[in-house]
Amino acid sequence: MVLFTLLVLIPVAGALIAWLIPSNVKRPWVMPVTACLHLALVVAIVVAPPLQSRNEWIDLDAIGKLFLLEVSALFAACAFYSVSYLHYRRERNNRVLCMGMQVCLAAMSLAAGVHHMGLLWLAIETTTLSMAPLVYFNRNARSIEATWKYMLICSVGIALALLGIFFLAYSTVVAGLPPSLLLEPLQGYAPRLPAGWLHAAFVFLLVGYGTKMGLAPLHTWKPDAYGEAPGLVGAMLAGGLANCGFIGLIRIYQICMASGNAPFCRAALLGIGLLSLFTAAAFLVHQTDFKRMLAYSSVEHMGLFAVALGLGGKALYGAMLHLIGNGLAKGVLFLAAGNIHRAFASKSRDSARGALRRAPWSGALFLAGFLAMTGSPPFLIFSSEYSFFVAAFTQGHPLVGGLLAVLLMVAFLGMAMTVLPVVFGEPPKNRERTKYHDTALLVGPPLALLTILGVVGVWLPQPLYRLVNAAAALLEVAR
Amino acid sequence: MSSFADQLLVLVLLINILILGTHRARVAIRAIALQGVVLGMMPLLIHPVQGHILLITLFVVLAKGVCIPWLLFGALSKIEFSEDLPPFLGYAGNVIAGAVATVMAFAFAARLPLAPHHQELLTVPAALATILAGFIALASRRKAINQVIGYLMLENGIFIFGLLLTEAMPLMVEAGALLDLIAGIFVMGIIINQIGREFSSIDTSRMTALREEE
Repeated sequence: MVLFTLLVLIPVAGALIAWLIPSNVKRPWVMPVTACLHLALVVAIVVAPPLQSRNEWIDLDAIGKLFLLEVSALFAACAFYSVSYLHYRRERNNRVLCMGMQVCLAAMSLAAGVHHMGLLWLAIETTTLSMAPLVYFNRNARSIEATWKYMLICSVGIALALLGIFFLAYSTVVAGLPPSLLLEPLQGYAPRLPAGWLHAAFVFLLVGYGTKMGLAPLHTWKPDAYGEAPGLVGAMLAGGLANCGFIGLIRIYQICMASGNAPFCRAALLGIGLLSLFTAAAFLVHQTDFKRMLAYSSVEHMGLFAVALGLGGKALYGAMLHLIGNGLAKGVLFLAAGNIHRAFASKSRDSARGALRRAPWSGALFLAGFLAMTGSPPFLIFSSEYSFFVAAFTQGHPLVGGLLAVLLMVAFLGMAMTVLPVVFGEPPKNRERTKYHDTALLVGPPLALLTILGVVGVWLPQPLYRLVNAAAALLEVAR
Repeated sequence: MSSFADQLLVLVLLINILILGTHRARVAIRAIALQGVVLGMMPLLIHPVQGHILLITLFVVLAKGVCIPWLLFGALSKIEFSEDLPPFLGYAGNVIAGAVATVMAFAFAARLPLAPHHQELLTVPAALATILAGFIALASRRKAINQVIGYLMLENGIFIFGLLLTEAMPLMVEAGALLDLIAGIFVMGIIINQIGREFSSIDTSRMTALREEE
């Protein structure tokens, strides 16, 4: 409990220190320090034996631990990257960026551990707010448009999630039970809750957290925000905040699974998941802007999360693996994409061509990240996507399995049509050469994330394997 | 006592219609502030007075009656306001849509399986009507400031539903939600300013740079 409090307080303290430091050059160094402390603490908590005396409000379960590991590693990569990135852009004041990133880390840490639906909502809402000014880092007309859409759509979505939580609490009132928003009591009450109110709660929470995750058709803010935000902010949005929305969805899923209303929820999740996969595949083909492409790839993988929850069974193990895979692979891709963007001063595949020659490390990382993201072995996402197929074909959803195969293939080809010219193309002759060149801090962090993805994809360490299994078991209450 | 609460809810519903019908942002801001204050008082009327309830009332009235209007007026004062941007359905269309939504909310709420002691209250239909009115404002208004006001109406509607559940929501979460709301409006205020500077208008339908290329 003390350790968990520290987990939230360290980034908050980091944000305050960042606020106090006047120098634009020294300030970014606060983030790597915060990141190292945070990561060390997370590892200590995950390795430590679980506590016997559990708090009803705060209880870091296996799902929370997995999410924390992923977010902390991703933040560490972004933090070290940011030092070099913000040095490159030192004419811009980075105070808000340094504070926002750390407040967001604090809120995500809180979201990982809370078992009170209201407090969880609060944490997720805070992550949305803290990132809004960061989308606007570039201070131009395009980024203001992106920020406005992000802010308005996500705020409305998250407000609907609150309504869903109220419906959930109200279902306990209608059932004549003591009103509660704590996860464990709600799971206990679940079979006695009136189905109508529970369904309404689930639908509103799916829409609310689905907006946050970026499930189609609620994803419209995503390409704009991801396209206009700096690479490291995009990495946090796609690998941190989107997964955080998924944590919110998981909690209501746990309650619904305990209630005996599983078929309704599973059908809804399968529907919205497949729609997201379809939308993503459609927009990934002929996408010229490689940052917007990454946004649609994120829509695709959020759709996979929803499909995995909808399938249940063996897919849940994959979903938990995917929590790590999606987060880290998005980190690799966005950080490398940020580098390529600056090397060519363009994020269109028409003018940013031939990254391998212009910025070889970043180009290679972008290519490898693309392979990792689309589920090529040996990277981790291969295992998680494989488990989705196993679940679909062995648990009586062959149609879903077939659709998954087609849509993932289209998405792969669509992304390849953008990634390959950017990496291998002929660099344009007539463009002015930018000052950018690959440095250790700009390519080291994504390389580290990629290495983790590769190693864990081949050999999952025993403790991590147990953690993933424990997390998947938590989702299986109904069986 | 609760009949007085119902009368206040009717006032809230009328404010919805007023906001949908007015073309002056300043009137709309005052109206949404009044709605917030009225709603802030509600917990005192429908629950026995105790420390928890008093604190919530104080927070809500300060946040929705003072803090948020101040932020919104602040966002307005820095930009020129000469243009009149009628909403997509026109003002009359907005009012009619609001009235239809209110009627539908009542009809729908009557069929909901509510707890027996909530059947007679206006709380649930008023909540649904206000949420719908918020959506109408969000979808039809073109000025950024009016969209924010629509969002606040939506929040107020959700707050009305929350009145049924004051026991379930701990004070800490309630206060945190208000803080987040204020911070959100603060950020939106800043963005509105920047939109005004960047586009020399806060007509959000002009923001069309970001879209998929054909």
